[in-house]
Amino acid sequence: MEKKNYTVSIYTENNLGLLSRIAAIFLKRHINIESITASPSEVTEVMRFIIIVNVTEEQIKKIVGQLEKQIEVIKAFYHTDAETIYQETALYKIRSEDFLNDHNIQDFIKETNARIVTVTKEFFVIEKTGKRSEVDALYETLKPYGLMQFVRSGTIAVTKNEMPISGILEKFNTTNSLS
Amino acid sequence: MQVKTASFEKVNTKNTLTVSGAEAVIKCLLEEGVDTIYGYPGGAIMPVYDELYKYQNELHHVLTRHEQGATHAAQGYARVSGKVGVAIATSGPGATNLITGIADAQIDSTPMVCITGQVGSHLLGSDAFQETDIVGISTPVTKWNYQITKAEEIPEVMAKAFYIAKSGRPGPVLIDITKDAQFASLEFSYKKCSGIRSYKPVPELNLLQVERAAEVINNAKKPMIVWGQGVILGEAEDLFKQVVEKAGIPAAWTILGLSALPTDHPLNVGMVGMHGNYAPNMLTNECDVLIAIGMRFDDRVTGNLDKYAKQAKVIHFEIDPAEINKNVKADYPVLGDVKESLKALLELLEPNSHKEWHQQFKELYKVEYEKVIKNDLDVNKKDLGMAEVIQQINKQSNGDAIIVSDVGQHQMAACRYAKFNGTRSNVTSGGLGTMGFALPAAIGAKMAKPERDVVAVVGDGGYQMTIQELGTIFQTKVPVKIVLLNNGFLGMVRQWQQLFFDKRYASTTMINPDFITIAKGYHVEAKQVTERSQLADAVKEMMESEEAYFLEVKVEQEENVFPMIPTGAAVSDVLLE
Repeated sequence: MEKKNYTVSIYTENNLGLLSRIAAIFLKRHINIESITASPSEVTEVMRFIIIVNVTEEQIKKIVGQLEKQIEVIKAFYHTDAETIYQETALYKIRSEDFLNDHNIQDFIKETNARIVTVTKEFFVIEKTGKRSEVDALYETLKPYGLMQFVRSGTIAVTKNEMPISGILEKFNTTNSLS
Repeated sequence: MQVKTASFEKVNTKNTLTVSGAEAVIKCLLEEGVDTIYGYPGGAIMPVYDELYKYQNELHHVLTRHEQGATHAAQGYARVSGKVGVAIATSGPGATNLITGIADAQIDSTPMVCITGQVGSHLLGSDAFQETDIVGISTPVTKWNYQITKAEEIPEVMAKAFYIAKSGRPGPVLIDITKDAQFASLEFSYKKCSGIRSYKPVPELNLLQVERAAEVINNAKKPMIVWGQGVILGEAEDLFKQVVEKAGIPAAWTILGLSALPTDHPLNVGMVGMHGNYAPNMLTNECDVLIAIGMRFDDRVTGNLDKYAKQAKVIHFEIDPAEINKNVKADYPVLGDVKESLKALLELLEPNSHKEWHQQFKELYKVEYEKVIKNDLDVNKKDLGMAEVIQQINKQSNGDAIIVSDVGQHQMAACRYAKFNGTRSNVTSGGLGTMGFALPAAIGAKMAKPERDVVAVVGDGGYQMTIQELGTIFQTKVPVKIVLLNNGFLGMVRQWQQLFFDKRYASTTMINPDFITIAKGYHVEAKQVTERSQLADAVKEMMESEEAYFLEVKVEQEENVFPMIPTGAAVSDVLLE
């Protein structure tokens, strides 16, 4: 079966230790996490993890099953790139000298819709938000000029389809209101 | 439960009690109906032990000789009683010594709550004396774990712990409590946990799934059932028996499913898997419908998955959605509580007998009997065989004993040859294969069911991994019977070395101590059998003894366990010799 990038979205309670419990599920199956982010979600007090892995669909189904089995995981989903809107952000730090002396660099930045964040005598910091491939492309372009530093964020994504988390929580509240 | 103690409880205006965190822990256990706990004291758990001293009339604490023994005893207790087993230990090494038992409980779905002491919260992360990150360490082998740093968290977290351990597919939970949280006081009130919003223990039964399954079963010509521990955990033994009988389907068991249906039930066709019976293994690859009930298609059950029941439609009754399609694709999954789903199924089943199909099992049993069983039980062969000893236990117990087996060749002999009339009678380490499990597990089993005979069947390897629990037996006077099948080898590994490593017996020969002297050193009655002629009387004497009893039987050194499915082979490639 073909390996693909899958975006796993995990809605969880905000509890200490859950990150390692989630990471352990991937570790146990020897699956490398390409990118991971965690942040509050659209639902109050509910966290959302977004994990990108390159696996087969059979693998991702089993992983989602194991994730959902965890007590504090409310719901987990997996999606292909086509089913999500995803972005990541990268920062590129380059020498001011290089930047000012080479017009090519300035053109690249304009063409790719990157943004200059900071300018000092010694360095420029350029920010690019976009798809993985776009961030990669700018990296490859700037690399020959000597990047002083480069850092990229994890991928964040929203799905094209609805995520029924509020519904799940509401249903629990209704069925357990008597207890 | 009404608790009367000498402790200084102040009743406040809100009708709650002001107690210490440590006392709250005990009160929570009593609220959950716990009567026996297994453990070992140490620095970071001393406040709780101090409260145990006060509550010793309400809560029986069993001092094991090692924390691993505490977990296995708690497991034995849980497996036999259906209640949550409880183990308790201190921080650091005390906590890490629990890990094997926790991992065992996780893979065998045993409800257990482990409580560990932890260094004071101001010391967390400072590499303090006996500090270890037990929450981090136990994460992959627990159903849930939690570190308590504030006394007021105790009642709610403990209630959650018991709820999680017992509900749905059971499992182990670890609660780590810092020493300051044990000393601090709280207003105690207890409410049992009835639900957690992010946790759905039992999937709702979809009747459509049951209807589809029933239709497939009713139309089957050669159906076969493989059941696992789910039938026992779901307390569905009676319904299961009715299903088997009404539909007339030959039923085989996984090692943990053993004893859910009596051994001599006409439709019980034996064990599946690596050392299972010939007929159910062969016919797994011939049946037209395979009905899996509360089992998880472990690799020891299925052998090579690419050659497993490919011709059959697979129906899978299961409580854990993650088990569906994990190893074997289920054509007809039925998610839900096994009691509910079997009840619904029973009504839809058409009575049948499948006589000809059942006959095929009987024919293959004859083949196995001629090639394997006859010799295993032959009383004229030179040396004593393991199966002969199990047979004697059957005779003396009439099949009413609880058999607790360790791991290895003797385990296979015990499970293949033991006779069971009733459920929750077979206690063994299935998934993890933990050598050293049986002796402490037998202690827990006997304490859970004092009215029943409990026989630990051990090998000379595994026995020595937890042999110190003889001290627990001596101290508590718990009358367990221990049968040591001594072949002077790590027998199962030696068998593999013989068959797959050209008889290179690397580190499998055991130079053993005088086991009788050791047992006697612990004041446990002990006897040795070296000749077949002594066996029957010795087993009789052991079973009739009112006290703990150790019986060492010298068995053939190089006996092999057959049938056998070599690793990577198909179930139908099972070897008889």
